[in-house]
Amino acid sequence: MFKYTKYLVSAAALLTLTACATRDDDAAGADGDNGTADSGETLASVIDRGELNAGVNDQLPGFGYVDSDGNYAGFDIDFARAIAAGVLGDAEAVNFRPLSAQERFTAVQTGEVDVLLRNTTWTASRDTEVGLDFAPVTFYDGQGMMVLEDLGITTLEEMGGLTIGVETGTTTELNLADQMEALGVEYETQTYDDRDALIAAYEAGSVDAWTTDRSGLVSAFAVLDNPDDHIILEETLSKEPLAPAVLHGDDQWNDVVTWIVFALIQAEEFGITQDNVDDFMDSEDPDIRRLLGVDEDLGGFLGLESDFAYQAISQVGNYGEIYDRHLGPDTQFDLPRGMNSLYEDGGLQYSMPFR
Amino acid sequence: MSNDNLQHTVATNDRLEVTDSPRLKVEKNKTIGETLKKNLFDGWKNTFLTIVTALFSIFVIYQVINFVLSNSWDVVYVHLRLLMIGQYPLEEIWRIWFALYYASFMIGATWGLWEGAGKAVGLTFGSVFLAFAVIPWTTLNTSLNLAACIVLITAGYLIGHKVKKIKLAVLILWALYIPLTLGLIMGFGGLIDPVLSRNWGGWLLTVILASVSIVGCFPLGILLALGRRSSLPVVKYFCIGYIELVRGMPLIMVLFIGQLLIPLFLGGSTGIDNVTRAMIAYTFFAAAYLAEDVRGGLQSIPTGQFEAAQALGLNKIKTTFFIILPQALKAVIPAMVGLFITILKDTSLVAIIGLADFLGTARRISNNPDYLGRYLELYIFVAAFYFIFCYLMAYVSRYLERSLARGNS
Repeated sequence: MFKYTKYLVSAAALLTLTACATRDDDAAGADGDNGTADSGETLASVIDRGELNAGVNDQLPGFGYVDSDGNYAGFDIDFARAIAAGVLGDAEAVNFRPLSAQERFTAVQTGEVDVLLRNTTWTASRDTEVGLDFAPVTFYDGQGMMVLEDLGITTLEEMGGLTIGVETGTTTELNLADQMEALGVEYETQTYDDRDALIAAYEAGSVDAWTTDRSGLVSAFAVLDNPDDHIILEETLSKEPLAPAVLHGDDQWNDVVTWIVFALIQAEEFGITQDNVDDFMDSEDPDIRRLLGVDEDLGGFLGLESDFAYQAISQVGNYGEIYDRHLGPDTQFDLPRGMNSLYEDGGLQYSMPFR
Repeated sequence: MSNDNLQHTVATNDRLEVTDSPRLKVEKNKTIGETLKKNLFDGWKNTFLTIVTALFSIFVIYQVINFVLSNSWDVVYVHLRLLMIGQYPLEEIWRIWFALYYASFMIGATWGLWEGAGKAVGLTFGSVFLAFAVIPWTTLNTSLNLAACIVLITAGYLIGHKVKKIKLAVLILWALYIPLTLGLIMGFGGLIDPVLSRNWGGWLLTVILASVSIVGCFPLGILLALGRRSSLPVVKYFCIGYIELVRGMPLIMVLFIGQLLIPLFLGGSTGIDNVTRAMIAYTFFAAAYLAEDVRGGLQSIPTGQFEAAQALGLNKIKTTFFIILPQALKAVIPAMVGLFITILKDTSLVAIIGLADFLGTARRISNNPDYLGRYLELYIFVAAFYFIFCYLMAYVSRYLERSLARGNS
């Protein structure tokens, strides 16, 4: 009799384990199709929650960082605030979730964040295989090149015979090789394990120039001893369009994010700023009246309040204001608008019409 | 400096025995000058070594002082709040102070009651509080709170010293410390507003993660160790499988599993926040290692102990909990404390899953455009802080070992 007790106990333990496992399976099944969302689901849950969950970077100077008071700040952060202002009427109603590069897509797929604003490049595989949908590009980045101003170099063609420093394990080295081969320029590379070592080598004169994403180059100005001695070439070596991303499948939510971003660009086109937006409320221009929701209820079509654009502009500012606040001439980055200028100034920022 | 003044010490159980080799006799009635001469300037070789070493020491000390004075430490003191408590809301900061008050008083009382290790802990905490209280850039409010902590340590010491009857009460209050303060810091059950874990950061998050993991892995590890020696095959092989599986994975992977797979399996909106997921991952990881440490202790218990317990008529459970485990755990204190120190430092890995612990906060600060590239001072501060607390843990464990070993002789 006692001989069998141990087997009985074992069997009971096994059953318990199986039961636990089964319950987990049910939970997963009930939640169902991970990886896509149903239309309208996200907007409803954001409004219900009263808070926008935004996945952000907390360690990218200028784009997403934590200031000395412990508040999130930066270019990407302001877009998250604008979305919260448009959807909920309160730019402060954001739960910032700092994400590492590795976990950012999972956080979107599991619905942990409603929108990903973490300097994410819009690529075909991310749009399809990873299961994201992208809103309009907020920042056209691209690989850039920093050189000493004294060298008198302004284009890549003039870089023949120079030594260029790159970070290992990034695509920058490959992009550099492609571009230089296309231009037929002979050069040498030196690779470094991390950014700080590369900058130190550049300052010490071990390399004549170094390359990484332009936003990374500008943030390096703050670390250089004599920032004025260095320039970033106008040319870019690769396309890095950074855009807000949402989960594939919820078209309504994608529309919401898309049109809030457009509203900020449209506001700059119209010259509507955070300070003067109230003056435009009694504007005669029908385009402006539609954007601000005075006459027509475009917001209603999106499932938002009719004044969603007004809220976003008045609480956060238009596209140009956001840019200037974090990357513009008054900041230590002083990054030229370049491709991020409005289309009328020769840039790529262009809002679809609000009609 | 010569080797001559090193005393060869041999520790046997409780006592420290000093064995003087004939070469290095230092007579007690000699003056300081004579002792110095004998030990430092004994012949030209020793004199030469002494001078070289002294010059080198002066050089190092000069460089350190020079470094400390010439660097602008504003990046540390401006962000002291971020480094200590992260984004914990200012209006709720009294909860942290309460936890510190509580700890201060308990440390003082422990010191008063048992002397020993409590003294070292009390003095260390007192010194750290004092250091932060007197540095000029601490706000008056913070200084007053820190002063109150020091007063509480003293008060606890005096009370513990005079009233020896409160030993049991102090032990109970210690046992309640983590649940009570953690509950207060999180906020509980509608009584106190919750402070969401996304606002925890800095040293606060490091300490919470480490203490929850340490306290959580302890019972789990003991159960796994006992289970591994069990005669029930399912229990035994489950424990072996678990221990070997977890020990066969890098901690980063366990963290990623906790962070990425738990929400994928359970659905994103299960409400388990990422701090809790990290706690779960650390606890389960540490438990596997602790189980192996404890198993080592269990194996060191001679069979005679089991037989003696059986002869006294104790059943298996009583034998395990009253005879075997106390001895086994005592034997593996050094290994366990080593593991706990490792856990404290390993919590810095949460940076890769988007949490800002002590080290992660330092990294965040060095990416603030106003303080770009100022990581050196931050990292030195972080390293010093980690060192103080890890060393304190090691010291307490050594003391515990010695005082528990007294029972053997």
